[in-house]
Amino acid sequence: MTVTQNYQAQIYVTLRPSVLDPAGTAVKSGLSHMGYNNVEQIRIGKYVELTIAADSEDAARQQLDQICDQLLANPVIENYRFDLQKLSTPLNVGS
Amino acid sequence: MNVGVVVFPGSNCDRDVVWVTQGLLNQPTRMIWHEDSDLSDIDVVIVPGGFSYGDYLRCGAIARFSPVMQATIKHAEQGKLVLGICNGFQVLTEAGLLPGALVRNRDLHFVCDRVPLKVERTDLPWTNYYRTEEVITLPIAHGEGSYYADANTLKSLEENGQVLFRYCNAEGKSDQSSNPNGSLNHIAGICNRQGNVLGMMPHPERASDPSLGGVDGMRLFEGMLGAIAAIL
Repeated sequence: MTVTQNYQAQIYVTLRPSVLDPAGTAVKSGLSHMGYNNVEQIRIGKYVELTIAADSEDAARQQLDQICDQLLANPVIENYRFDLQKLSTPLNVGS
Repeated sequence: MNVGVVVFPGSNCDRDVVWVTQGLLNQPTRMIWHEDSDLSDIDVVIVPGGFSYGDYLRCGAIARFSPVMQATIKHAEQGKLVLGICNGFQVLTEAGLLPGALVRNRDLHFVCDRVPLKVERTDLPWTNYYRTEEVITLPIAHGEGSYYADANTLKSLEENGQVLFRYCNAEGKSDQSSNPNGSLNHIAGICNRQGNVLGMMPHPERASDPSLGGVDGMRLFEGMLGAIAAIL
């Protein structure tokens, strides 16, 4: 019997350092209008949560790498990283 | 020349292209829904402007995986012509048919304007009805049109003559003041190494019908037509 485990992934997509982030610059200017002149280097990214069923943590990580490389992040302009947590309700699938 | 105009949910310049190729140039033109994948009758695939799939995630990111784009990639690999305009350019970069990416405009504004462009190279179907270094005027309308690629990619684009259109001033000089969006090397349009795939942020289809106040885009479609006629 194959035991499939559910994992939750928390995925962070950020602009590569070489890519300008005009939105981050605009937010920095907003903060300085508010008086926070001590804030530097604002970079705006994306956060994606998903759950994924896999036979092992390694298998889940491998699929997530593919998902991020192909769709969630564009490697030309973005980097990504993710955290993975095992969810408490395992699914029994197949035999 | 059989023209196929791709239609994604959120495309909004598809009919403008059809008006040019069918309405003005009398060429058989078929609109191709994003779930279709038969392009066997098509000579030129045009990926139009708009907001495919709502521009969710990144402009063009989700469109890339549609059945019609898988077929368009095969079409391009056979050496046939593919033109991406505005959102279509973003889709072609996401699909890997063209290098680099289009990112948020330098000043964050959605820029809607008519801008001068220099035609850099005229030995390809897309531009052979223009004069080399001719300055033309085309409309632009985009929020994410700033071309980005790493230094090596930019170098190879320039060395291989892949930059076809560059933002410039009325005299044909390119600098930051004539660059509407912060594109690296003032790039407005590039082709692949072979020259059969073109992506451009400006809208030639909006400058083809004389009643719209400019016809500088028409020669791009006429050049395309001439190249296909020469093959057939």
